[in-house]
Amino acid sequence: MFDNLTEKFQRTFKTLRGEAKLTENNIDFAMHEIRVALLEADVNFKVVKEFIDRVRTKCLGAEVMTALSPAQQVIAFVRDELIATLGDKEARIVYSKNPPSVFLIVGLQGSGKTTSTGKLAGWLMKNGHRPLLLSVDVYRPAAREQLAVVARDVNAKLYPGEGVNEPLKLAKAALREASLTGYDVLLVDTAGRLHVDEALMQELSMLKRELNPSEILFVADAMTGQDAVKSAAEFHELLGISGVLLTKLDGDARGGAALSIRAVTGQPIKFVGVGEKLDALEQFYPDRMVSRLLGMGDVLSLIEKAQETFDLKQAERLQEKLRKDEFSLADFRDQIQQMRKMGPLDKILGMLPQIGPMKDLKKANLDERELVRTEAIINSMTERERNHHQIINGQRRKRIARGSGTTVNQVNQVLKQYAQMRKMMKSVSGGLMGGKIPRNLSQFLPKN
Amino acid sequence: MIPAGQDATEKKKSGFFSRLKNAVAKTRDVLNTPVEEIFTLKKAIDKSTLESLEMALLGADIGPATTSHLIEKIRDQASRQGLKDAAEVKSLIRNELLKVVRGETAHPVSLTQKPHVIIIVGVNGVGKTTTIGKLANQFRRDGRSVKICAADTFRAAAVEQLEIWGQRAGVEIVRQKHGADPSAVLFDALKASKAAHTDVVIVDTAGRLHTKHNLMQELEKMRRIAAREVEGAPHEVLLVIDAVTGQNGVQQAREFTKSAGVTGIVLTKLDGTAKGGVVVAIAKELNIPIQFVGVGEKIDDLIPFDAEEFVDSLFE
Ligand SMILES: Nc1nc2c(ncn2[C@@H]2O[C@H](COP(=O)(O)OP(=O)(O)O)[C@@H](O)[C@H]2O)c(=O)[nH]1
Ligand SMILES: [Mg+2]
Repeated sequence: MFDNLTEKFQRTFKTLRGEAKLTENNIDFAMHEIRVALLEADVNFKVVKEFIDRVRTKCLGAEVMTALSPAQQVIAFVRDELIATLGDKEARIVYSKNPPSVFLIVGLQGSGKTTSTGKLAGWLMKNGHRPLLLSVDVYRPAAREQLAVVARDVNAKLYPGEGVNEPLKLAKAALREASLTGYDVLLVDTAGRLHVDEALMQELSMLKRELNPSEILFVADAMTGQDAVKSAAEFHELLGISGVLLTKLDGDARGGAALSIRAVTGQPIKFVGVGEKLDALEQFYPDRMVSRLLGMGDVLSLIEKAQETFDLKQAERLQEKLRKDEFSLADFRDQIQQMRKMGPLDKILGMLPQIGPMKDLKKANLDERELVRTEAIINSMTERERNHHQIINGQRRKRIARGSGTTVNQVNQVLKQYAQMRKMMKSVSGGLMGGKIPRNLSQFLPKN
Repeated sequence: MIPAGQDATEKKKSGFFSRLKNAVAKTRDVLNTPVEEIFTLKKAIDKSTLESLEMALLGADIGPATTSHLIEKIRDQASRQGLKDAAEVKSLIRNELLKVVRGETAHPVSLTQKPHVIIIVGVNGVGKTTTIGKLANQFRRDGRSVKICAADTFRAAAVEQLEIWGQRAGVEIVRQKHGADPSAVLFDALKASKAAHTDVVIVDTAGRLHTKHNLMQELEKMRRIAAREVEGAPHEVLLVIDAVTGQNGVQQAREFTKSAGVTGIVLTKLDGTAKGGVVVAIAKELNIPIQFVGVGEKIDDLIPFDAEEFVDSLFE
């Protein structure tokens, strides 16, 4: 399903590319594909319908822009509209004028509130705040213990409230404690609850009235399907949420819930959770979400980055070399240098669509240090060795290892990787850095 | 698995869907779809009948692929043998769905082959630990001896949570310290269970995203340990899916099946407004039976899956 989508999109737009301008026909065709893509991404079907209607109208009214192919035009409209829906700038975090500010963390069971509370504490501390943590989840077994452990792990202060089992009492006491001891943000982790649970929803209302929070963050799982609109709308109607924290984006869910929730509440996504570690919290960037929703990894941002770092000429030369089987160890080193320039490797790999050989690439467990080592090893080779890897015998391997401060084993490893890279790049006739991606996707880029 | 606590469950079953209906009725209609109307009216089938049907299926998380497959079938039938009215459409779509989803009590707990090993897997927060508490309670109430293996050694306070469920169910927990190798805890639990002739061992595992290669390999290793220590183990591997899950559920099922050899599904949190329709897409592709549904946070809130009631609830 996942793999097909990217291909389908490419096919759709290849078809569209042949045509000179947008017509009702090719617009219908494109809208159909986009509808399926968004549904597949779990955007609520009503939200999809409204979205498609808006984009269609824009397409129909479009002036013929000679600078863009029809495919580019449609993509541009879809992209703009998605960004407009998701919010086109980073959302700000709101603090109250008189500290302590209170952030109320709410959401369904299992959405990731407690972990997110810990991450937020870490984030606040990094930004110069002194948060105090409180769990008012008196229901789920060991929920308060969980927050206590999480707080300890990020070195944040927890209000234990031992012996007290009433959310409201706990909240009042913790707020007092925060004011008295100079904590400027009180983070309140609440019990997960269903939006149809009237008693528990009332409890949230009361907490809100008592604490007057400056942020009410609705924590939603990126894997949520169609129901996201219902739960988010209910929480919003009752509490007036101020933002959304979307969790578990480190998986392969497309996260259509982001669009649905935004559409029904109008509130921005403020943070995304991208891992189980307590520093895996990022601010939300709408443009990254857009390509993810469309199932293209973060290809668009990758392209932007690639454009900044890559010399297209060089990429073409490389492609040529690959075709002629002349991809040398020196080229391999160039590639590694390029990659390092682009930023943390796992992030880059995370941006790629999970298709074909790219999938294996992600599993290859490449890490930064290894890249540095690889570079050192290749640097210790002679020019001739770099151009003719076959001549690197045992003797030479020993010398290279000594020269680079590594072991023969590690040298062998690099040569093996090089061989694999050659093979892989040949199989995708271009691969990651070889020009194939820019060529395939050049249709998504503005012509200049 | 032999449906534990059969009689208690019988009573609950009828209560469940009515409770479900009440819950749904209570929700202020945020985005109300007049789906029911398509089936109550004795009107001829037209484009709008199929459209509302499509919306109902999509809205239940059945997904665009399976939905359009089903709609095509209806359209086809309608034109070939002429479906008269909405009632016929309903029975047709119902039958199609019933062909796909089946509730099954797959592996009977053997009394000679002890212990019967059940591993519970799934992504983070779906309700694995809670389901284990409920299951353990049912087995124990049925007169089986049960041990729970605390192999989620990763999440903060996971073992403490399980301990509380163990106490509620009156079942012993086998645990090690936080951060221990899950396979080592499993080994301990199996050893203790063999020595004590325990009937059933239920293994809690840490929630993991199916995209995390090394964590999925950890499950493969646990399988191997189980197989080495107890003949035929694991006898069951239950994948827990949260009813709010969208299309990613299919990918979860694929990957967990690959690594852990899933034998059945537990669909949790059906007490909310989510329909859990993604299990239709899962069942269609992977042919995995759905064994239980979770309908709340209390110890009795786990009931055997009933395909007919489930299918009917998709349209309510
Ligand atoms: N409403 C409802 N909540 C559930 C159900 N099953 C589990 N939960 C809740 O979901 C949350 C996560 O459950 P837990 O068992 O810790 O999930 P795990 O991380 O998969 O082990 C907890 O708050 C549970 O109480 C269910 O069937 N209905
Ligand atoms: Mg658990």
